[in-house]
Amino acid sequence: MSAATTAVEPSPAVDKGGRARTAARSASRWTFLARRTGFYLAAAWAAITLNFFLPRLMPGDPSAAVVAQLQQVSGQQVDQHQLAAIQRLFGDPSANIGQQYLDYLRQLANFDLGTSVTYFPTPVGDLLWQGLPWTLLLVGTTTVIAFVLGTGLGAVAGWRAGTRFDTIVSPLTTFVSAIPYFWMALLGLWVFSFLLGWFPLSGGYDPDLAIGPNLPFLLSVLQYGALPAATIVFSAFGGWLLGMRNMTVTTVREDYVLLAHAKGLSTRRVLLRYAARNALLPNFTGFALALGHVVGGALLTEIVFSYPGIGYLMYSALQQRDYPVMQGVFFMITLTVLLANLLADTVYVLLDPRIRDQG
Amino acid sequence: MTAPTEQRRPPGAPAAAGTVLDVRGLTVEYATGQSPVRACVDVSFTLRRGEILGVAGESGSGKSTLITALTRLQRPPAVTTAGQILFHGRDGAPPVDLAALDAKRLRRYRWTSLSIVMQSAMDALNPVMRLGAQFADVLRAHDRTLTRKLAWARAAELLTLVGISADRVRDYPHQLSGGMRQRAAIALALACGPELVVMDEPTTAVDVVMQRQILAQVLRLRAELDFAVVFVTHDLSLLLELADRIAIMYAGRIVEVGSSAALYADPQHPYTRGLRASFPPLRAPLTTLTGIPGSPPDLRDPPPGCPFHPRCALRTSGCDTHLPPLVRAAADPDRQVACLLHPSPQDPTGGEQR
Amino acid sequence: MRLEFLRSWKVITGLALLAFFALLALFGPWFVRHVLGIDPLANDISAIAQPPSGAHLLGTNQFGQDVLGQVIEGTRASMSVGLLAATIGTALAVLVGVPAGYFGGRIDTALNFVTNLFLVMPVLPLILIVAGYLRGTGLWVIALVIGVFGWSGAARTLRAQALSVSSRDFVRAMRMVGERSHRLIFFEVLPHLTGLIASMFLHAMIGAVLAEAGLAFLGISDASVVSWGTMIQSAQDQSAVLRGLWWWFVPPGLCIALIGTAASLVNFGMDELANPKLRAARSTTVRRARRLQRTARLNGGEAS
Repeated sequence: MSAATTAVEPSPAVDKGGRARTAARSASRWTFLARRTGFYLAAAWAAITLNFFLPRLMPGDPSAAVVAQLQQVSGQQVDQHQLAAIQRLFGDPSANIGQQYLDYLRQLANFDLGTSVTYFPTPVGDLLWQGLPWTLLLVGTTTVIAFVLGTGLGAVAGWRAGTRFDTIVSPLTTFVSAIPYFWMALLGLWVFSFLLGWFPLSGGYDPDLAIGPNLPFLLSVLQYGALPAATIVFSAFGGWLLGMRNMTVTTVREDYVLLAHAKGLSTRRVLLRYAARNALLPNFTGFALALGHVVGGALLTEIVFSYPGIGYLMYSALQQRDYPVMQGVFFMITLTVLLANLLADTVYVLLDPRIRDQG
Repeated sequence: MTAPTEQRRPPGAPAAAGTVLDVRGLTVEYATGQSPVRACVDVSFTLRRGEILGVAGESGSGKSTLITALTRLQRPPAVTTAGQILFHGRDGAPPVDLAALDAKRLRRYRWTSLSIVMQSAMDALNPVMRLGAQFADVLRAHDRTLTRKLAWARAAELLTLVGISADRVRDYPHQLSGGMRQRAAIALALACGPELVVMDEPTTAVDVVMQRQILAQVLRLRAELDFAVVFVTHDLSLLLELADRIAIMYAGRIVEVGSSAALYADPQHPYTRGLRASFPPLRAPLTTLTGIPGSPPDLRDPPPGCPFHPRCALRTSGCDTHLPPLVRAAADPDRQVACLLHPSPQDPTGGEQR
Repeated sequence: MRLEFLRSWKVITGLALLAFFALLALFGPWFVRHVLGIDPLANDISAIAQPPSGAHLLGTNQFGQDVLGQVIEGTRASMSVGLLAATIGTALAVLVGVPAGYFGGRIDTALNFVTNLFLVMPVLPLILIVAGYLRGTGLWVIALVIGVFGWSGAARTLRAQALSVSSRDFVRAMRMVGERSHRLIFFEVLPHLTGLIASMFLHAMIGAVLAEAGLAFLGISDASVVSWGTMIQSAQDQSAVLRGLWWWFVPPGLCIALIGTAASLVNFGMDELANPKLRAARSTTVRRARRLQRTARLNGGEAS
């Protein structure tokens, strides 16, 4: 991590007039972000390298398996060009490992993730592009809804800690958030789709309709997405609620909130500028991180509901042992998670002045 | 005003002219466990305009509870169950009982009449707001006509008052040194020209040199701005230098009150004597220090009679059955002691049965 | 004082639930076979997919196996995976976190980098890939994978704690007089962290039970062993939802949810005891304070 070694220690104690201090402060803010960026670059490199070595460390010869499968699926011989691409991703027992690694990096740099085995000859990249909008739509919206709902209710429960609302909602939420998600989704499917017939049993849209921006299709997307979305919100909001509740309980008893009361500020202002502003800090960071898990987090949802997103793609790839697709999904998930981490750091730097100066 | 409260009023303590605060029979209980714990019992004292009253006691003596009750900052499980906090405004209006005001009316008195400096300025200042903003919001909350710009200018002015350069107004609390933060907290307390500032051990978090500076500053500012101070600390020697009068607390009760000079020269309650002997004198050669044997009583199960009697070297018969009231000493009208060894002329039987 | 935590109903309820499942894991299989007289693996062809009844309290599955017997039998597998994965994960966390905090400097930089790396890696897809390459997976491998990929959070906490313990005066003094590092770590630093490590172990174990179920649901499991995860997975495989066989997938999921709740309760109760601010927000405290306030008002103490 080159950024870390060149980092200059901030010196907040030096008092040489405002301008110098302000300059130092913004410099340390950039230093902090530069260091974090350096770390995420290193993490991305580590993930890519792991992706390279995993198939090569595994028992057997994955690239031979891929080739065999390809021949089986397509019914024809794999040509020289394809074989080279496969071996670049999954290992060539005869080639020099260093040269293989460089080739692999070059291939990734061109966003060439290889070809799917199951849907030969579709490139993995195309499959990812097909699944991405569905996942982003479903998990993106539900992540936001769960966050807003959970944080809001948590703030109320924390503010009214020990009252009836709190004593009913908080233990209930503890139970709800301990339920394994996929099981709860199965229950939802059973109750609302099977018993009550309110929602379709699987899929992301009505397969009889033409895909496109027409009203019936969009309505079917809503209808098909409602239950998966509800299960995600239901299982995710509890975490936000409990976190915010405990942060609020702790924060409203902090000295600075007491002092704000002592100052005779309006309750509204004390709550917003002093209590909520500080209690929200960890939840906001968590939210930025959760956005990173949008792509990877829907794995179980999409499997239970056979929803045509990235998660389902990975699941079917796993079932079919479609290694190129598995690798591609992992690559994409890792990148989004790392980007979200960087986003979370940036959010924190902007919201909490203390972080800026710690470096 | 109801009858029981009236009875708790200490004999011969009229709300004289020049009084800013008159606390009568203040009792605070903690609703923990099966029966409530009384952390402050029947606390009464008066504070004169511009006076510094020191409140000293060990940890657990109820001094922190007293502060949150005085400033109405207590939260459950602490509950004020009896007593009055009569505040006499500068304007000569009839006194108002701070303990009985509803939240809305209380807000008008907050910071303009009574402000507070907390133990740790690091914890008391909002970490994510600039210093200036924390001054400006209280200034503008109590003076709606003040513009944001003027409020910030006033904040800078207040900082210079305590020796902090004006450009620090844009800093965040963590960017100041410990001593600066504490001084900023004092400047903040003075923002709305209060008549009374409650200080909760404001110098425990800083080193000795800074402590001297801050205390000197408090004295200078009081001379300039004329506010009264309730200064709470466990450090009696510090109070002897700073305070005009000192109240000693033990097990939630005031056991002795007197002028600093008198308390220093002639402590009367055995507990005060013990405290006095366990601190080194600030400007005298070091002598042998003696502590007080034993530890403060468990407030969940206070001993019968005088709460100090299990640790008292001078206890006599009756100490374990009679609770001595706080009574005025015969010789010194400023002096009050709660000890059976010092029976007052008005109260020859000495003590109420518990 | 040490048993202070037993005064919280949350802690007591949580621990009781955990103890119940631990007993079930230990004696459950024996109990099922010798007391209930059920062989959880036997296929009763005369009772396929039967709803709960007197003969089969929780019904039977598609293969004519008794669901109650399977749930009890599955406790052992689920708990074993949890125990093993938690042991591996906690050991790794201690091995990485404690030296990082104790030694500082370059060792810390390196170990901390590794910790952060595992912290930001998307674990579930990674496990999927590894398991996918491994093909046939036994319970041991699953536990190993869960442990190896799930230690980073605990390591970070331990690092911070070890740092604070090692900077205490007595450790510094002993370092200065030349006490050996590994002795200091084992006899001075680690004993101060036992409470923390114990609570981490508990949570790692619950996390691993959940993870095992999740992985089994994704098809990564040892099909020859009955666990809560494999039960739900085979229910999903046989389209139990679409056929309304709720008694097949509801009980194992409920068990997992109960274990998770138990851990959260212990966690919450401990938090409340350790953090006075949270304790003040407990409903009993708030209620008592209100009652006190009311009686005080009646006496005229507070009212104007």
